[in-house]
Amino acid sequence: MDIMIIGLLLGGTYALIALGLNLQYGVARIMNLANGEMLVAGGFTAFWFYTAGQISPLLTIFIVAPVAFALNWLIYRIMLEPLVKRAKTRGQLEVDSILATFGLSFVAVGLMLAAFGGDYFNYSFLAKPVTIMGDTYAQNRVAAFVAAVIICAVLYGWLNWSRSGLSIRALSVSPESARLVGINTRSLSAVAFALGGAVTATGGALVSSFLTLDASAGIAFTLKALIIVIMGGVGDIRGTIIAALLLGVVETLVASLIDPGLTLAAAYTLFILILLFRPQGLFGRRPT
Amino acid sequence: MTSLEIRNLALAAIALAVAACLPLYGSDYLKSMGITVAMFTVLATSWALFSGPTHYISLATAAFFGVGTYTTGLGFETLPFWSLIAIAGVLGAVLAALVGLATLRLSGVYFVIFTLGLAELVRQVITWTQNMSGQKGLYVLTDLTEDQLYLMLVGLAALVYLTGWLIGRSRLGFALRIIGDDETVAAHSGINTATAKVLLFMVSGSVAAMTGAILAPRYVYIEPALAFAPILSFQVVIMALLGGVHRLWGPIVGVIPFTLIWETISVSFPSQVTLFLGIAFLVIVYFIPNGFVGLIEKARDWARKREGFA
Repeated sequence: MDIMIIGLLLGGTYALIALGLNLQYGVARIMNLANGEMLVAGGFTAFWFYTAGQISPLLTIFIVAPVAFALNWLIYRIMLEPLVKRAKTRGQLEVDSILATFGLSFVAVGLMLAAFGGDYFNYSFLAKPVTIMGDTYAQNRVAAFVAAVIICAVLYGWLNWSRSGLSIRALSVSPESARLVGINTRSLSAVAFALGGAVTATGGALVSSFLTLDASAGIAFTLKALIIVIMGGVGDIRGTIIAALLLGVVETLVASLIDPGLTLAAAYTLFILILLFRPQGLFGRRPT
Repeated sequence: MTSLEIRNLALAAIALAVAACLPLYGSDYLKSMGITVAMFTVLATSWALFSGPTHYISLATAAFFGVGTYTTGLGFETLPFWSLIAIAGVLGAVLAALVGLATLRLSGVYFVIFTLGLAELVRQVITWTQNMSGQKGLYVLTDLTEDQLYLMLVGLAALVYLTGWLIGRSRLGFALRIIGDDETVAAHSGINTATAKVLLFMVSGSVAAMTGAILAPRYVYIEPALAFAPILSFQVVIMALLGGVHRLWGPIVGVIPFTLIWETISVSFPSQVTLFLGIAFLVIVYFIPNGFVGLIEKARDWARKREGFA
């Protein structure tokens, strides 16, 4: 039972990270492999604010999110838009954006290594026990989970009920038709990409309160986020959240029952099963 | 055969002879660079055989390479060395077939993601089995010299070029080029696209595994973190793209300069290699999308046009 809850708590933060990637891939059509580095950068910022000024990571996210939004907006405008314009087909854009974001990811790791060194970093924020249904858990995990749930809920509501949120969903479903109904697809793609980056960086700040990170930890998170997005279905918010919770539980089960070194292998097994049996995602409809 | 083909064949034969004689005249530095260049030539060329025409970016090289090194590591005491290379080739092909069957029916992104984590997946499983059996790394002590390993790599490279040339002339090669241009058209004209892609991916995986098997004695001591180092996959992708993947001789044009720069940087600024790798990716995407070969061809066309007007 406590394994299930720890898994769900972990899955909640995964959901946030994967939602960020899903916005970038599902709406802006950029497979962003530098996503994990944005997460680590968010974590670094939270770490720095906490050790320098004892500022709670739950407050830091209000600084991390706008900065990450601006940064990602610039990245999209300067680096990725030329690729979108140059690409003749969707496949060409995919290859180019994969290579370019790989480049970005390595550059980001290189810069972070140069700036902060290769050490692991962690800090003890709310490292006190809390009792839920007879078992005890660390408060920081619970706090991160609650924050993630609130952000997911706000995002879900915004995408479903606000005008700008609906335009983003229209863009995700059909870029050509979105243009026909007067949506400025180019600027909205940039916004979606920037928003995705901000959500991921926020997730990073939350994750850093209970996981140990280092400069090159990003790629593992990118992989997990990718697996979650594909499991849940590209552009499907509900599917992403459920897939993230599922992955969190499966990982925790494998880590505590078999071996902590096999978490990625577990994630991959899930991934293979999805690819073989439901390549359209957990809730996707089979294309006719 | 046309005269152009005969000329190319002669050039290839001379290049091969020069490469094969390196142990006779080379200094120690040249020999050690030679083995690295030969290794990356084999890896990058076989990578381009698959990824060039299909545009599927495979990041699984490290996984296949690691499987090869482990084949040698586990079997060199009981079996002759040449048979280990063959076994590694078969294992690489089988692994590639499994990965290909699971992912190549789907879009390119799934394939990239899957191959990206494949090396890590195999590494975790091997580390776990080693922990269960209480064993750590493996010592690979053979009496093979560096020169012999180098010659084997050159032989393998010749084999790869021959295979690539034959594939390029075969129905399979033609089918792959159509798939790369437009997969829907390929499927409509009766090409079994999944089979064609899986077959080529098997060639590429098998060659990478054989390279790993040949190079295992050079490492002397192998452990999962070393044999499955993910950076190898990225190096291979960069070298191939830097050279140009639409010609068989393209990758080697990227391998030689990149190896030289890489060695210099990893000796003088070891902590900056990641940054360098990233910059190399960005330069390729933004400035030389068709590689050095693309630049050379562009310059040649430009020169011809000028002659035409003069």
